[in-house]
Amino acid sequence: MEVNEVFEKVKNLFVEELGLDVDKVTMDAKLEEDLEIDSLGIVEVVMAFEDEFGIEIDDEELTDVATVGQAVNLLHSKL
Amino acid sequence: MSKRRVVVTGLGSINPLGNNVQDTWDNLVNGVSGIDHITSFDTSELPVTFAGEVKNFDANEYMGKQHARKLDRSGHLSIHATEEALKDAGLDLEERLGSNVGIVFGTGIGGIAATENAVRTYDEKGPTRVNPLAITQLMPNSSTGQVAIKFGIEGPSLTITTACAASANAVGEAKNMIENGIVDMVVTGGTESGTTPMTIAAFAQIRALSTKNDSPKEACKPFDKDRDGFVMGEGSTVLVMESEESANKRGAEIYAYVTGYGATTDAYHITAPAEGGAGAVKAMEKAIEDAEINSSDIEYINAHGTSTPANDKNETEAIKTVLGEKAYEVVISSTKSMTGHLLGGGGAFESMASILSIKHSKVPPTINLNDPDEECDLNYTPNNAVDLSINTAMSNSFGFGGHNAVLVFKKS
Repeated sequence: MEVNEVFEKVKNLFVEELGLDVDKVTMDAKLEEDLEIDSLGIVEVVMAFEDEFGIEIDDEELTDVATVGQAVNLLHSKL
Repeated sequence: MSKRRVVVTGLGSINPLGNNVQDTWDNLVNGVSGIDHITSFDTSELPVTFAGEVKNFDANEYMGKQHARKLDRSGHLSIHATEEALKDAGLDLEERLGSNVGIVFGTGIGGIAATENAVRTYDEKGPTRVNPLAITQLMPNSSTGQVAIKFGIEGPSLTITTACAASANAVGEAKNMIENGIVDMVVTGGTESGTTPMTIAAFAQIRALSTKNDSPKEACKPFDKDRDGFVMGEGSTVLVMESEESANKRGAEIYAYVTGYGATTDAYHITAPAEGGAGAVKAMEKAIEDAEINSSDIEYINAHGTSTPANDKNETEAIKTVLGEKAYEVVISSTKSMTGHLLGGGGAFESMASILSIKHSKVPPTINLNDPDEECDLNYTPNNAVDLSINTAMSNSFGFGGHNAVLVFKKS
């Protein structure tokens, strides 16, 4: 799967599951500051990723994920 | 030191009769029933298929999906009611209310729907798929915390869970906080949205609910011979209460004074009221004493009046014990006949109804009261509202667990 496809899927999840504004979900968007996804929200996002992509994500892998782009790259590397 | 006087300066409500105070009041005095067939889930396997539901309210539309997802429906309703109450009190919603404002909310069962959903997910998909927001939705203090966050309430906060007396206790404890100078203002009230397949089944198992499935609007008939149980309802009602001095300083309009609060416990049975309503009698007496009035001063009683055989009989007896001969003169009504039982949200709703009765000099009726029980022989304002100039009103709330909370409101 191309990075672009991963991004489109992530964007859909954010809009459909979390109710985020579609225009806000860009590769550069910061999860906490721009998208108001707090620590509880991150757990939800991870659950949604795991279900969507059929993978498992460890908490440690999330340490460096602060933007949508970083999340997309992490997912892409695991596929 | 003399106690500070406590006033109500703001009201907000969303309930089966209306999504704001004005619509609610109009429907109350017109004797409209807010009870109907349940629309929010499939009732085909349930012994009871009707309830008082809040209508035409979409939380996603109201607060946006991103925020709505974080709250249970009881939380959505409480944010909505609080917003209306704060606006009504003339407070600036853009400003944080700060540390001189407290919050005391009551609820019977908190986010029970969130609990049920999480258990279902656990059973179907296992522990790693349980909603991470489940705890913060289901905890009974969820609404208290979310309302505090939304409006920047930084003073003391309490969540009271004394079943169907919860938000009457909340109003009473808010009164104490203000009287004793702990804070100048308290946002108080209650919320409940506990009508789920499981709660209906469980209440039905103990024969607490009316089973008049064919005639939902006529099912709740407090004090009537044909009454057969209460009807579940949902909703949130919020009152802005403050010291008289604080209200005057802000130039806020005063609805009424909260002058009496009596709270007792039956210590008798977990669901049945004590014989003769002994605990209720003591709570009424304490509220009257706290208000520094005589029982003969009470002109209107908003009864607990659940429409269960036991409550209405015992409450009637208790009123007779407290008021003596005057019990046959005092005007009584049960607004639950129209809203259903708002459970933990009931006491705050009925406080509002009492306060609006004082303000408008009008008493909402007990609807569906066509054939009074011989043991219920007082004036319950059957079927039509009456005009009545009221200076002093009392509101009764009693809960499973044996909790009794009685409030007295005065015009001046």
